Amino acid sequence: MKIWLIQHVRVLLFTLRRLFATPLSSLLNILVIGIALSLPMGLYVLLQNVQGLAEQVAGTPQISVFLSLDSDKEDVTRIGKQLKQHEAVGRVEFVPRDRALEQLKQTTGLADVIGGLTQNPLPDAYVVHPNKAGAQALEALRDELQKWPELEHVQLDSAWAHKLEALLKFGRMAVLILAVLLSFALAAVTFNTIRLQILTQRDEIEVSKLIGATNAFIRRPFLYFGLLQGLLGGAAAWAIITVSLHLLNGSLASLAQLYASSFMLHPPSASDSLTLLLFSAYLGWLGAWLSVAQHLWQIEPR
Amino acid sequence: MIRFNQVYKRYPGGYEALKNVSFEIAAGEMVFLTGHSGAGKSTLLNLIAAIERPNSGSVVVNGQNIAKLRSGALPYLRRNLGLIFQDHKLLFDRSVFDNVVLPLQICGFDHRESAKRVRAALDKVGLLQREKTNPIALSGGEQQRVCIARAIVNRPSILLADEPTGNLDADYANDIMGIFKSFHQVGVTLLIASHDEGILQKFGGRLLVLKHGELQS
Ligand SMILES: Nc1ncnc2c1ncn2[C@@H]1O[C@H](COP(=O)(O)OP(=O)(O)OP(=O)(O)O)[C@@H](O)[C@H]1O
Ligand SMILES: [Mg+2]
Repeated sequence: MKIWLIQHVRVLLFTLRRLFATPLSSLLNILVIGIALSLPMGLYVLLQNVQGLAEQVAGTPQISVFLSLDSDKEDVTRIGKQLKQHEAVGRVEFVPRDRALEQLKQTTGLADVIGGLTQNPLPDAYVVHPNKAGAQALEALRDELQKWPELEHVQLDSAWAHKLEALLKFGRMAVLILAVLLSFALAAVTFNTIRLQILTQRDEIEVSKLIGATNAFIRRPFLYFGLLQGLLGGAAAWAIITVSLHLLNGSLASLAQLYASSFMLHPPSASDSLTLLLFSAYLGWLGAWLSVAQHLWQIEPR
Repeated sequence: MIRFNQVYKRYPGGYEALKNVSFEIAAGEMVFLTGHSGAGKSTLLNLIAAIERPNSGSVVVNGQNIAKLRSGALPYLRRNLGLIFQDHKLLFDRSVFDNVVLPLQICGFDHRESAKRVRAALDKVGLLQREKTNPIALSGGEQQRVCIARAIVNRPSILLADEPTGNLDADYANDIMGIFKSFHQVGVTLLIASHDEGILQKFGGRLLVLKHGELQS
Protein backbone atom coordinates (compact mmCIF):
# COMPACT_ATOMS: atom_id res chain seq x y z
CA MET A 1 0.00 0.00 0.00
CA LYS A 2 2.76 2.40 1.00
CA ILE A 3 4.85 1.34 -1.98
CA TRP A 4 1.86 1.92 -4.18
CA LEU A 5 1.36 5.41 -2.82
CA ILE A 6 5.03 6.31 -3.13
CA GLN A 7 5.05 5.20 -6.73
CA HIS A 8 1.99 7.25 -7.59
CA VAL A 9 3.21 10.42 -5.92
CA ARG A 10 6.56 9.99 -7.64
CA VAL A 11 4.88 9.57 -11.02
CA LEU A 12 2.66 12.59 -10.45
CA LEU A 13 5.64 14.81 -9.68
CA PHE A 14 7.49 13.36 -12.64
CA THR A 15 4.53 14.09 -14.89
CA LEU A 16 4.25 17.68 -13.73
CA ARG A 17 7.95 18.14 -14.39
CA ARG A 18 7.56 16.68 -17.85
CA LEU A 19 4.60 18.95 -18.58
CA PHE A 20 6.62 21.99 -17.59
CA ALA A 21 9.74 20.77 -19.37
CA THR A 22 8.14 21.60 -22.73
CA PRO A 23 5.94 24.55 -21.76
CA LEU A 24 5.15 25.71 -25.29
CA SER A 25 3.97 22.42 -26.71
CA SER A 26 2.10 21.59 -23.49
CA LEU A 27 0.37 24.95 -23.67
CA LEU A 28 -0.55 24.47 -27.31
CA ASN A 29 -1.95 21.02 -26.65
CA ILE A 30 -4.01 22.27 -23.74
CA LEU A 31 -5.29 25.14 -25.88
CA VAL A 32 -6.27 22.84 -28.72
CA ILE A 33 -8.17 20.63 -26.31
CA GLY A 34 -9.71 23.66 -24.62
CA ILE A 35 -10.92 25.26 -27.84
CA ALA A 36 -12.26 22.01 -29.25
CA LEU A 37 -14.18 21.29 -26.05
CA SER A 38 -15.46 24.84 -25.65
CA LEU A 39 -17.41 24.54 -28.91
CA PRO A 40 -19.93 21.87 -27.88
CA MET A 41 -19.85 22.96 -24.26
CA GLY A 42 -20.46 26.60 -25.19
CA LEU A 43 -23.35 25.64 -27.45
CA TYR A 44 -24.76 23.54 -24.65
CA VAL A 45 -24.56 26.45 -22.24
CA LEU A 46 -26.32 28.73 -24.76
CA LEU A 47 -29.06 26.15 -25.20
CA GLN A 48 -29.50 25.93 -21.45
CA ASN A 49 -29.92 29.70 -21.39
CA VAL A 50 -32.42 29.73 -24.25
CA GLN A 51 -34.40 27.05 -22.47
CA GLY A 52 -34.40 29.07 -19.28
CA LEU A 53 -35.56 32.13 -21.17
CA ALA A 54 -38.28 30.20 -22.94
CA GLU A 55 -39.62 28.88 -19.66
CA GLN A 56 -39.66 32.42 -18.36
CA VAL A 57 -41.54 33.80 -21.38
CA ALA A 58 -43.89 30.88 -21.81
CA GLY A 59 -44.37 30.63 -18.08
CA THR A 60 -48.03 31.88 -18.31
CA PRO A 61 -49.61 30.15 -21.25
CA GLN A 62 -53.23 30.89 -22.01
CA ILE A 63 -56.34 28.95 -22.84
CA SER A 64 -58.72 30.36 -25.44
CA VAL A 65 -62.38 29.41 -25.04
CA PHE A 66 -64.79 30.06 -27.89
CA LEU A 67 -68.52 30.32 -27.28
CA SER A 68 -71.00 28.89 -29.70
CA LEU A 69 -72.21 31.30 -32.38
CA ASP A 70 -75.76 31.32 -31.14
CA SER A 71 -75.03 32.34 -27.57
CA ASP A 72 -76.51 35.69 -26.60
CA LYS A 73 -75.34 38.57 -24.39
CA GLU A 74 -76.59 36.95 -21.20
CA ASP A 75 -74.82 33.68 -21.88
CA VAL A 76 -71.65 35.62 -22.51
CA THR A 77 -71.67 37.51 -19.22
CA ARG A 78 -72.75 34.41 -17.27
CA ILE A 79 -69.89 32.39 -18.63
CA GLY A 80 -67.51 35.24 -17.99
CA LYS A 81 -68.55 35.20 -14.34
CA GLN A 82 -68.28 31.43 -14.08
CA LEU A 83 -64.81 31.54 -15.52
CA LYS A 84 -63.70 34.26 -13.13
CA GLN A 85 -64.98 32.29 -10.17
CA HIS A 86 -63.19 29.12 -11.15
CA GLU A 87 -60.40 28.46 -8.68
CA ALA A 88 -57.78 27.54 -11.29
CA VAL A 89 -58.33 30.71 -13.26
CA GLY A 90 -56.32 33.83 -12.60
CA ARG A 91 -57.34 36.50 -15.07
CA VAL A 92 -59.95 36.48 -17.79
CA GLU A 93 -59.99 38.63 -20.89
CA PHE A 94 -63.04 39.06 -23.07
CA VAL A 95 -62.60 39.21 -26.85
CA PRO A 96 -65.88 40.29 -28.48
CA ARG A 97 -66.57 38.81 -31.94
CA ASP A 98 -66.49 42.22 -33.63
CA ARG A 99 -63.07 43.02 -32.32
CA ALA A 100 -61.80 39.59 -33.30
CA LEU A 101 -62.98 40.21 -36.86
CA GLU A 102 -61.36 43.64 -36.87
CA GLN A 103 -58.04 42.11 -35.74
CA LEU A 104 -58.27 39.44 -38.36
CA LYS A 105 -58.73 42.08 -41.06
CA GLN A 106 -55.69 43.99 -39.91
CA THR A 107 -53.28 41.18 -39.27
CA THR A 108 -53.96 38.81 -42.10
CA GLY A 109 -54.48 41.18 -45.01
CA LEU A 110 -57.67 39.37 -45.88
CA ALA A 111 -59.61 42.65 -45.65
CA ASP A 112 -61.24 42.19 -49.06
CA VAL A 113 -62.39 38.68 -48.38
CA ILE A 114 -63.67 39.56 -44.93
CA GLY A 115 -65.33 42.74 -46.21
CA GLY A 116 -67.38 40.61 -48.59
CA LEU A 117 -68.88 38.60 -45.75
CA THR A 118 -72.47 39.39 -44.95
CA GLN A 119 -72.16 38.01 -41.48
CA ASN A 120 -69.39 37.78 -38.83
CA PRO A 121 -68.30 34.10 -38.75
CA LEU A 122 -66.33 34.50 -35.52
CA PRO A 123 -67.73 33.70 -32.09
CA ASP A 124 -67.21 35.61 -28.89
CA ALA A 125 -64.23 34.37 -26.94
CA TYR A 126 -62.50 34.56 -23.61
CA VAL A 127 -58.77 34.33 -23.07
CA VAL A 128 -58.19 32.57 -19.78
CA HIS A 129 -54.93 33.02 -17.87
CA PRO A 130 -54.62 30.18 -15.41
CA ASN A 131 -53.03 31.00 -12.08
CA LYS A 132 -50.90 27.87 -12.18
CA ALA A 133 -48.42 27.04 -14.92
CA GLY A 134 -47.29 23.51 -15.69
CA ALA A 135 -48.49 21.34 -18.50
CA GLN A 136 -50.57 19.00 -16.33
CA ALA A 137 -52.55 21.71 -14.53
CA LEU A 138 -53.18 23.39 -17.87
CA GLU A 139 -54.41 20.31 -19.57
CA ALA A 140 -56.62 19.43 -16.63
CA LEU A 141 -58.23 22.86 -16.81
CA ARG A 142 -58.70 22.56 -20.56
CA ASP A 143 -60.32 19.16 -20.22
CA GLU A 144 -62.72 20.50 -17.62
CA LEU A 145 -63.70 23.54 -19.68
CA GLN A 146 -64.30 21.34 -22.68
CA LYS A 147 -67.15 19.74 -20.78
CA TRP A 148 -69.02 23.03 -20.40
CA PRO A 149 -71.93 22.82 -22.84
CA GLU A 150 -71.89 26.52 -23.73
CA LEU A 151 -68.35 26.37 -24.95
CA GLU A 152 -67.93 25.41 -28.55
CA HIS A 153 -64.17 25.02 -28.53
CA VAL A 154 -61.36 25.17 -25.97
CA GLN A 155 -57.81 25.63 -27.13
CA LEU A 156 -54.62 25.42 -25.09
CA ASP A 157 -51.98 27.62 -26.70
CA SER A 158 -49.05 25.33 -26.13
CA ALA A 159 -48.11 24.90 -29.76
CA TRP A 160 -45.47 27.57 -29.38
CA ALA A 161 -43.90 25.76 -26.47
CA HIS A 162 -43.94 22.52 -28.45
CA LYS A 163 -42.18 24.17 -31.35
CA LEU A 164 -39.54 25.58 -29.06
CA GLU A 165 -39.11 22.21 -27.42
CA ALA A 166 -38.58 20.62 -30.82
CA LEU A 167 -36.04 23.28 -31.71
CA LEU A 168 -34.16 22.75 -28.47
CA LYS A 169 -34.16 19.03 -29.10
CA PHE A 170 -32.61 19.66 -32.48
CA GLY A 171 -30.01 21.90 -30.86
CA ARG A 172 -29.16 19.29 -28.27
CA MET A 173 -28.72 16.69 -30.97
CA ALA A 174 -26.33 18.99 -32.81
CA VAL A 175 -24.35 19.51 -29.61
CA LEU A 176 -24.20 15.77 -29.04
CA ILE A 177 -22.89 15.05 -32.53
CA LEU A 178 -20.34 17.81 -32.25
CA ALA A 179 -19.26 16.54 -28.83
CA VAL A 180 -18.82 12.97 -30.05
CA LEU A 181 -16.79 14.02 -33.09
CA LEU A 182 -14.55 16.34 -31.11
CA SER A 183 -14.07 13.70 -28.41
CA PHE A 184 -12.48 11.45 -30.99
CA ALA A 185 -10.30 14.33 -32.10
CA LEU A 186 -9.21 14.98 -28.51
CA ALA A 187 -8.40 11.37 -27.78
CA ALA A 188 -6.39 11.43 -31.02
CA VAL A 189 -4.47 14.53 -29.94
CA THR A 190 -3.41 12.82 -26.71
CA PHE A 191 -2.73 9.56 -28.52
CA ASN A 192 -0.28 11.32 -30.77
CA THR A 193 1.42 13.32 -28.03
CA ILE A 194 1.98 10.15 -26.05
CA ARG A 195 3.16 8.29 -29.13
CA LEU A 196 5.89 10.88 -29.64
CA GLN A 197 6.88 10.64 -25.98
CA ILE A 198 7.08 6.88 -26.25
CA LEU A 199 9.32 7.17 -29.29
CA THR A 200 11.82 9.21 -27.32
CA GLN A 201 11.67 6.70 -24.48
CA ARG A 202 11.81 3.42 -26.38
CA ASP A 203 15.08 2.42 -24.74
CA GLU A 204 13.88 3.18 -21.25
CA ILE A 205 10.73 1.16 -21.83
CA GLU A 206 12.67 -1.76 -23.29
CA VAL A 207 15.22 -1.84 -20.47
CA SER A 208 12.55 -1.40 -17.81
CA LYS A 209 10.64 -4.37 -19.14
CA LEU A 210 13.81 -6.47 -19.25
CA ILE A 211 14.54 -5.82 -15.59
CA GLY A 212 11.04 -6.55 -14.34
CA ALA A 213 8.73 -3.59 -14.90
CA THR A 214 5.07 -4.49 -15.19
CA ASN A 215 3.00 -3.03 -17.99
CA ALA A 216 1.13 -1.00 -15.39
CA PHE A 217 4.40 0.56 -14.26
CA ILE A 218 5.30 1.49 -17.83
CA ARG A 219 1.85 2.85 -18.54
CA ARG A 220 1.52 4.90 -15.39
CA PRO A 221 3.51 8.04 -16.25
CA PHE A 222 1.87 8.25 -19.67
CA LEU A 223 -1.62 7.81 -18.24
CA TYR A 224 -0.94 10.53 -15.71
CA PHE A 225 0.28 12.78 -18.45
CA GLY A 226 -2.80 12.19 -20.59
CA LEU A 227 -5.09 12.65 -17.60
CA LEU A 228 -3.42 15.86 -16.52
CA GLN A 229 -3.32 17.29 -20.01
CA GLY A 230 -7.00 16.46 -20.50
CA LEU A 231 -7.90 18.01 -17.17
CA LEU A 232 -6.04 21.21 -17.98
CA GLY A 233 -7.66 21.23 -21.43
CA GLY A 234 -11.08 20.96 -19.78
CA ALA A 235 -10.17 23.81 -17.45
CA ALA A 236 -9.12 25.85 -20.49
CA ALA A 237 -12.48 25.15 -22.14
CA TRP A 238 -14.25 26.23 -18.98
CA ALA A 239 -12.24 29.44 -18.86
CA ILE A 240 -12.93 30.15 -22.54
CA ILE A 241 -16.67 29.72 -22.00
CA THR A 242 -16.78 31.78 -18.83
CA VAL A 243 -14.82 34.66 -20.33
CA SER A 244 -16.92 34.56 -23.53
CA LEU A 245 -20.16 34.65 -21.54
CA HIS A 246 -18.83 37.57 -19.57
CA LEU A 247 -18.05 39.47 -22.76
CA LEU A 248 -21.43 38.58 -24.28
CA ASN A 249 -23.20 39.71 -21.14
CA GLY A 250 -21.45 43.06 -21.43
CA SER A 251 -22.98 43.68 -24.83
CA LEU A 252 -26.26 42.04 -23.86
CA ALA A 253 -26.67 44.49 -21.02
CA SER A 254 -26.90 47.47 -23.36
CA LEU A 255 -29.18 45.53 -25.70
CA ALA A 256 -31.43 44.49 -22.86
CA GLN A 257 -31.68 48.05 -21.68
CA LEU A 258 -33.13 49.05 -25.04
CA TYR A 259 -35.78 46.39 -24.71
CA ALA A 260 -36.27 47.11 -21.02
CA SER A 261 -35.56 43.54 -20.12
CA SER A 262 -32.87 42.10 -17.92
CA PHE A 263 -31.79 39.01 -19.75
CA MET A 264 -28.38 37.65 -18.76
CA LEU A 265 -26.49 34.56 -19.90
CA HIS A 266 -25.76 32.27 -16.98
CA PRO A 267 -22.42 30.45 -16.72
CA PRO A 268 -22.40 26.63 -16.75
CA SER A 269 -23.68 25.09 -13.54
CA ALA A 270 -21.27 23.54 -11.06
CA SER A 271 -22.27 20.01 -11.99
CA ASP A 272 -21.96 20.73 -15.73
CA SER A 273 -18.53 22.24 -15.12
CA LEU A 274 -17.46 19.21 -13.13
CA THR A 275 -18.73 16.89 -15.85
CA LEU A 276 -16.74 18.84 -18.42
CA LEU A 277 -13.52 18.49 -16.41
CA LEU A 278 -14.01 14.80 -15.68
CA PHE A 279 -14.92 14.01 -19.25
CA SER A 280 -11.94 15.77 -20.74
CA ALA A 281 -9.60 14.19 -18.18
CA TYR A 282 -11.06 10.81 -19.12
CA LEU A 283 -10.51 11.49 -22.83
CA GLY A 284 -6.86 12.32 -22.14
CA TRP A 285 -6.47 9.16 -20.12
CA LEU A 286 -8.10 7.10 -22.84
CA GLY A 287 -5.91 8.52 -25.60
CA ALA A 288 -2.81 7.80 -23.54
CA TRP A 289 -3.94 4.30 -22.66
CA LEU A 290 -4.57 3.40 -26.29
CA SER A 291 -1.21 4.80 -27.30
CA VAL A 292 0.78 2.86 -24.69
CA ALA A 293 -1.24 -0.30 -25.22
CA GLN A 294 -0.42 -0.20 -28.90
CA HIS A 295 3.29 0.22 -28.21
CA LEU A 296 3.41 -2.50 -25.56
CA TRP A 297 1.65 -4.81 -27.94
CA GLN A 298 4.20 -4.08 -30.64
CA ILE A 299 7.21 -4.89 -28.45
CA GLU A 300 5.69 -7.98 -26.86
CA PRO A 301 7.91 -11.02 -27.64
CA ARG A 302 6.16 -13.65 -29.74
CA MET B 1 17.47 -23.59 -9.72
CA ILE B 2 17.65 -23.64 -13.51
CA ARG B 3 16.66 -26.71 -15.54
CA PHE B 4 16.52 -27.11 -19.33
CA ASN B 5 14.78 -30.16 -20.69
CA GLN B 6 15.10 -30.93 -24.42
CA VAL B 7 14.86 -27.29 -25.37
CA TYR B 8 14.65 -26.25 -29.02
CA LYS B 9 14.74 -22.64 -30.15
CA ARG B 10 14.09 -21.74 -33.75
CA TYR B 11 14.19 -18.08 -34.77
CA PRO B 12 11.72 -16.73 -37.28
CA GLY B 13 13.34 -17.49 -40.62
CA GLY B 14 13.97 -21.06 -39.60
CA TYR B 15 17.41 -20.86 -37.99
CA GLU B 16 17.76 -23.36 -35.15
CA ALA B 17 19.76 -21.58 -32.48
CA LEU B 18 19.36 -24.30 -29.84
CA LYS B 19 18.83 -28.01 -30.43
CA ASN B 20 17.84 -30.48 -27.76
CA VAL B 21 19.54 -28.69 -24.89
CA SER B 22 19.20 -30.25 -21.44
CA PHE B 23 21.10 -29.38 -18.27
CA GLU B 24 20.56 -28.42 -14.68
CA ILE B 25 22.19 -25.82 -12.46
CA ALA B 26 21.81 -26.14 -8.70
CA ALA B 27 21.30 -23.22 -6.36
CA GLY B 28 24.56 -21.46 -5.50
CA GLU B 29 26.48 -22.95 -8.42
CA MET B 30 28.78 -20.86 -10.62
CA VAL B 31 28.68 -22.15 -14.19
CA PHE B 32 30.43 -20.93 -17.32
CA LEU B 33 28.80 -21.14 -20.70
CA THR B 34 31.12 -21.11 -23.66
CA GLY B 35 31.18 -21.75 -27.39
CA HIS B 36 32.02 -20.10 -30.68
CA SER B 37 30.34 -16.91 -31.79
CA GLY B 38 26.81 -17.72 -32.88
CA ALA B 39 26.75 -20.96 -30.88
CA GLY B 40 23.61 -19.84 -29.05
CA LYS B 41 24.94 -18.55 -25.72
CA SER B 42 22.90 -15.35 -25.68
CA THR B 43 19.87 -17.25 -26.86
CA LEU B 44 20.17 -19.65 -23.94
CA LEU B 45 20.41 -16.80 -21.44
CA ASN B 46 17.45 -15.06 -23.07
CA LEU B 47 15.36 -18.17 -22.60
CA ILE B 48 16.05 -18.18 -18.87
CA ALA B 49 14.94 -14.56 -18.56
CA ALA B 50 11.91 -15.27 -20.78
CA ILE B 51 13.08 -12.64 -23.24
CA GLU B 52 12.65 -15.39 -25.82
CA ARG B 53 10.34 -18.37 -25.60
CA PRO B 54 11.41 -21.93 -26.47
CA ASN B 55 9.71 -23.68 -29.39
CA SER B 56 9.63 -26.92 -27.48
CA GLY B 57 10.96 -28.40 -24.29
CA SER B 58 10.76 -26.81 -20.85
CA VAL B 59 12.78 -24.14 -19.12
CA VAL B 60 12.26 -24.21 -15.38
CA VAL B 61 13.56 -21.36 -13.24
CA ASN B 62 12.96 -21.26 -9.50
CA GLY B 63 10.45 -24.07 -9.96
CA GLN B 64 8.42 -22.20 -12.57
CA ASN B 65 8.10 -23.36 -16.15
CA ILE B 66 8.83 -20.25 -18.19
CA ALA B 67 7.07 -21.54 -21.27
CA LYS B 68 3.82 -21.84 -19.39
CA LEU B 69 4.06 -18.59 -17.43
CA ARG B 70 1.47 -16.00 -18.37
CA SER B 71 2.97 -12.71 -19.48
CA GLY B 72 1.59 -10.90 -16.42
CA ALA B 73 3.85 -12.98 -14.20
CA LEU B 74 7.06 -12.39 -16.17
CA PRO B 75 8.01 -9.10 -14.45
CA TYR B 76 8.05 -10.79 -11.05
CA LEU B 77 10.23 -13.61 -12.39
CA ARG B 78 12.68 -11.09 -13.82
CA ARG B 79 12.99 -9.23 -10.53
CA ASN B 80 14.68 -12.32 -9.10
CA LEU B 81 17.24 -12.30 -11.89
CA GLY B 82 20.20 -10.02 -12.33
CA LEU B 83 20.80 -9.55 -16.04
CA ILE B 84 24.09 -8.36 -17.48
CA PHE B 85 23.60 -7.77 -21.18
CA GLN B 86 26.16 -8.29 -23.90
CA ASP B 87 25.36 -4.78 -25.18
CA HIS B 88 25.05 -3.27 -21.67
CA LYS B 89 21.68 -1.63 -22.41
CA LEU B 90 22.50 1.46 -20.37
CA LEU B 91 20.39 4.59 -20.73
CA PHE B 92 22.40 7.56 -21.91
CA ASP B 93 19.81 10.18 -20.97
CA ARG B 94 20.59 9.94 -17.26
CA SER B 95 23.43 9.58 -14.77
CA VAL B 96 25.10 6.39 -13.62
CA PHE B 97 23.16 6.65 -10.36
CA ASP B 98 19.83 6.90 -12.18
CA ASN B 99 20.71 3.90 -14.35
CA VAL B 100 21.48 1.75 -11.35
CA VAL B 101 18.44 2.88 -9.35
CA LEU B 102 16.00 1.83 -12.10
CA PRO B 103 15.34 -1.74 -10.83
CA LEU B 104 14.63 -0.35 -7.36
CA GLN B 105 12.19 2.22 -8.73
CA ILE B 106 10.41 -0.54 -10.55
CA CYS B 107 10.05 -2.51 -7.31
CA GLY B 108 8.92 0.61 -5.48
CA PHE B 109 11.70 1.18 -2.96
CA ASP B 110 11.65 4.52 -1.19
CA HIS B 111 14.29 7.12 -1.90
CA ARG B 112 16.52 6.66 1.10
CA GLU B 113 16.71 2.89 0.92
CA SER B 114 17.35 2.99 -2.85
CA ALA B 115 20.13 5.54 -2.53
CA LYS B 116 21.81 3.36 0.08
CA ARG B 117 21.59 0.28 -2.08
CA VAL B 118 22.74 2.05 -5.24
CA ARG B 119 25.82 3.41 -3.48
CA ALA B 120 26.60 -0.02 -2.06
CA ALA B 121 26.36 -1.56 -5.55
CA LEU B 122 28.48 1.17 -7.12
CA ASP B 123 31.03 0.78 -4.35
CA LYS B 124 31.26 -2.93 -5.07
CA VAL B 125 32.14 -2.31 -8.73
CA GLY B 126 34.45 0.58 -7.83
CA LEU B 127 32.43 3.38 -9.41
CA LEU B 128 31.21 5.25 -6.35
CA GLN B 129 33.00 8.41 -7.48
CA ARG B 130 31.28 8.40 -10.87
CA GLU B 131 27.62 8.24 -9.81
CA LYS B 132 26.79 11.63 -11.34
CA THR B 133 28.54 10.93 -14.65
CA ASN B 134 26.58 10.11 -17.77
CA PRO B 135 27.53 6.55 -18.75
CA ILE B 136 28.36 7.73 -22.26
CA ALA B 137 31.42 9.39 -20.77
CA LEU B 138 32.66 6.10 -19.30
CA SER B 139 35.04 3.57 -20.83
CA GLY B 140 33.75 0.24 -22.08
CA GLY B 141 34.92 -1.55 -18.94
CA GLU B 142 33.32 1.06 -16.71
CA GLN B 143 30.05 0.79 -18.60
CA GLN B 144 30.24 -2.96 -18.13
CA ARG B 145 30.60 -2.42 -14.40
CA VAL B 146 27.63 -0.02 -14.28
CA CYS B 147 25.65 -2.78 -15.93
CA ILE B 148 26.80 -5.19 -13.21
CA ALA B 149 25.87 -2.72 -10.49
CA ARG B 150 22.39 -2.43 -11.97
CA ALA B 151 22.07 -6.21 -12.09
CA ILE B 152 23.02 -6.71 -8.44
CA VAL B 153 21.36 -3.69 -6.84
CA ASN B 154 18.15 -5.64 -6.28
CA ARG B 155 20.09 -8.54 -4.67
CA PRO B 156 18.90 -11.20 -7.11
CA SER B 157 19.32 -14.87 -6.36
CA ILE B 158 20.38 -15.65 -9.93
CA LEU B 159 22.86 -13.67 -11.98
CA LEU B 160 23.03 -14.13 -15.74
CA ALA B 161 26.04 -12.48 -17.36
CA ASP B 162 26.47 -12.32 -21.12
CA GLU B 163 30.11 -11.73 -22.08
CA PRO B 164 30.82 -9.61 -19.00
CA THR B 165 34.48 -9.41 -19.93
CA GLY B 166 34.12 -9.02 -23.68
CA ASN B 167 36.56 -6.49 -25.14
CA LEU B 168 38.18 -5.85 -21.79
CA ASP B 169 41.88 -6.14 -20.98
CA ALA B 170 43.04 -8.77 -18.53
CA ASP B 171 43.12 -6.44 -15.51
CA TYR B 172 39.52 -5.29 -15.93
CA ALA B 173 38.44 -8.84 -16.65
CA ASN B 174 40.09 -10.05 -13.46
CA ASP B 175 38.40 -7.31 -11.44
CA ILE B 176 35.01 -8.30 -12.78
CA MET B 177 35.60 -11.97 -12.21
CA GLY B 178 36.62 -11.11 -8.67
CA ILE B 179 33.27 -9.42 -8.18
CA PHE B 180 31.46 -12.51 -9.45
CA LYS B 181 33.48 -14.70 -7.15
CA SER B 182 32.31 -12.65 -4.19
CA PHE B 183 28.69 -13.13 -5.23
CA HIS B 184 29.31 -16.83 -5.57
CA GLN B 185 30.60 -16.84 -2.01
CA VAL B 186 27.38 -15.34 -0.66
CA GLY B 187 25.28 -17.99 -2.39
CA VAL B 188 24.16 -16.34 -5.63
CA THR B 189 23.65 -18.71 -8.56
CA LEU B 190 25.75 -17.53 -11.51
CA LEU B 191 25.65 -18.38 -15.18
CA ILE B 192 28.36 -16.59 -17.12
CA ALA B 193 28.56 -16.76 -20.91
CA SER B 194 32.07 -16.10 -22.18
CA HIS B 195 34.52 -17.22 -24.83
CA ASP B 196 37.49 -15.78 -22.98
CA GLU B 197 39.79 -18.84 -22.67
CA GLY B 198 42.06 -17.17 -20.15
CA ILE B 199 39.23 -16.48 -17.75
CA LEU B 200 37.84 -19.97 -18.07
CA GLN B 201 41.18 -21.56 -17.31
CA LYS B 202 41.84 -19.27 -14.37
CA PHE B 203 38.50 -19.54 -12.65
CA GLY B 204 37.64 -22.98 -13.94
CA GLY B 205 34.33 -24.13 -12.57
CA ARG B 206 31.71 -26.19 -14.22
CA LEU B 207 31.68 -25.63 -17.97
CA LEU B 208 28.83 -25.87 -20.46
CA VAL B 209 30.02 -25.88 -24.06
CA LEU B 210 27.69 -25.03 -26.92
CA LYS B 211 28.47 -25.90 -30.51
CA HIS B 212 26.05 -24.89 -33.26
CA GLY B 213 23.26 -24.87 -30.74
CA GLU B 214 24.05 -28.27 -29.25
CA LEU B 215 25.43 -28.91 -25.81
CA GLN B 216 28.74 -30.85 -25.87
CA SER B 217 29.40 -33.27 -23.09
N1 LIG C 1 16.54 -12.34 -32.95
C1 LIG C 1 17.12 -13.23 -33.79
N2 LIG C 1 16.53 -13.53 -34.96
C2 LIG C 1 17.08 -14.41 -35.80
N3 LIG C 1 18.19 -15.08 -35.55
C3 LIG C 1 18.85 -14.83 -34.39
C4 LIG C 1 18.34 -13.89 -33.46
N4 LIG C 1 19.16 -13.84 -32.40
C5 LIG C 1 20.15 -14.71 -32.67
N5 LIG C 1 19.98 -15.31 -33.86
C6 LIG C 1 20.83 -16.33 -34.44
O1 LIG C 1 20.96 -17.38 -33.53
C7 LIG C 1 22.29 -17.82 -33.48
C8 LIG C 1 22.79 -17.82 -32.06
O2 LIG C 1 22.85 -16.46 -31.63
P1 LIG C 1 23.39 -16.04 -30.21
O3 LIG C 1 23.26 -14.59 -30.10
O4 LIG C 1 22.72 -16.86 -29.19
O5 LIG C 1 24.91 -16.45 -30.31
P2 LIG C 1 26.06 -16.24 -29.24
O6 LIG C 1 26.55 -17.56 -28.87
O7 LIG C 1 25.59 -15.37 -28.16
O8 LIG C 1 27.14 -15.48 -30.11
P3 LIG C 1 28.14 -14.33 -29.66
O9 LIG C 1 29.27 -15.00 -28.96
O10 LIG C 1 28.59 -13.74 -30.95
O11 LIG C 1 27.39 -13.39 -28.83
C9 LIG C 1 23.10 -16.92 -34.38
O12 LIG C 1 23.38 -17.62 -35.58
C10 LIG C 1 22.19 -15.77 -34.68
O13 LIG C 1 22.33 -15.37 -36.02
MG1 LIG D 1 25.93 -13.46 -27.56
